[in-house]
Amino acid sequence: MELFGEGIAWLSDPANWTDPRNGIVLRLWEHVSLSVASLLVAGLIALPLGLWIGHTGRGAAAVIAIANIGRAVPSVGWLGIVFPITLALFGRGGLGFLPSLIALVALAIPPMVTNTYAGLREVDRDLVEAGRGMGMREMELLRRVEVPVALPVILAGIRVSAVQTVATATLASIVGGGTLGEFIVQGILVRALDRVVGAAILVAILAILTELLFSAIQRRAISPGLSGRSAWSPMEPAQMSRPGGELV
Amino acid sequence: MSEGEPFIRFDWIVDNLDEIAQRLGEHVLMVVASVAVGFVISFGLAIVARRYPRTHGTILAVTGTIYAIPSLALFVLLIPLTGLTVATGIVALVLYTLLILFRNIVTALEGVPPDVIEAANGMGYGAAQRFWRVELPIALPIVVAGLRIATVTTIGLVTVTTFIGLGGLGYLIINSGTRRFFPTSIYVGVLLCVVLAVLADLALLWIQRRLTPWARARQA
Repeated sequence: MELFGEGIAWLSDPANWTDPRNGIVLRLWEHVSLSVASLLVAGLIALPLGLWIGHTGRGAAAVIAIANIGRAVPSVGWLGIVFPITLALFGRGGLGFLPSLIALVALAIPPMVTNTYAGLREVDRDLVEAGRGMGMREMELLRRVEVPVALPVILAGIRVSAVQTVATATLASIVGGGTLGEFIVQGILVRALDRVVGAAILVAILAILTELLFSAIQRRAISPGLSGRSAWSPMEPAQMSRPGGELV
Repeated sequence: MSEGEPFIRFDWIVDNLDEIAQRLGEHVLMVVASVAVGFVISFGLAIVARRYPRTHGTILAVTGTIYAIPSLALFVLLIPLTGLTVATGIVALVLYTLLILFRNIVTALEGVPPDVIEAANGMGYGAAQRFWRVELPIALPIVVAGLRIATVTTIGLVTVTTFIGLGGLGYLIINSGTRRFFPTSIYVGVLLCVVLAVLADLALLWIQRRLTPWARARQA
């Protein structure tokens, strides 16, 4: 148990925070900026794709099948898959931020695509038809009927992706991406366990804060009539469903 | 990665089949142990939550918070308690399965139609007999759905245990792969993980179909 004390002591030393080359401030910044960038890029790809296949139903089976196989690739695996390729393409530039970003984007896409798709598919067809009857065009239907109703499930997907991204950013240090994981991965190698435990505490806090932040967004964005107990849960039932309603 | 190193070196794979098989074996063992223990604990928690509904929210909050903690951090935070042993890996992996399995078991049991329970009562089933012979079989598909998600998730998470000296296929991906700039080992590890996940998923689906023949009869 005294290791926890050593971890806290390491965290309480200001010098460990301010070191310009390997300080907590630097690593925290790397961690947060990498996570935010990955989530933004993944969202720009996954959300339009999910909306499109959810609205039209076209290509859904193929996209969901690919997303499900994507989920079977371990988080460490994505980093491992990407970095020999970026290294071969870009030389030294293929280490660090770039392979980390690509791996995290690949990891963040499946939950967002599958949830957006499942959310739209669950929208009552009568509602959509009613909108159509009112003369709404396709984009209007999507914006004013389908997305508002599907929002809880879509946001749940974004939350799962966000928490997973912050968690996996820890592992980016193995491809030179820095982040708070640097203290853990390097610390274990040189047996500096105070650093390891201290950084692990920080990483855990960061991930839980991310979870709480996105839960709060989810609660605020959902009308009270629609939010059930499921508002808390990281694993929405809809997220587990495949086309045809079969549970994964 | 040295200049001209190919992405896949088949001669390395052939030369290291023993090592690969050993890592695969470790991996499977840790997955089976973690999911089995996690299932027993989740099942117990689900029964508690049904008996005392006020505990339901607390169990969800606690298991949900644990689920949010990154795996590498959780492994490390367990070191002060269990040391750098296989127990650290198993305990963390079990903790991760709890949220998924608990949620699904509770959802599955809540989904049993009240009419069916009434009918079972009318046929003279006692509470325990009704649970094992009526409620559980009906709940089985959703319970197995939870097992499938937990198993696939755990297969991925085991790779991270390589950072605390365990490993399974993670050893091939990280230690002999990424750290030595050796793509062949990385790709063998990742490919085996994906194959393992797909096979485990199909196997559980097959078991579920065997255990619930009536579900298929109804579809046909």
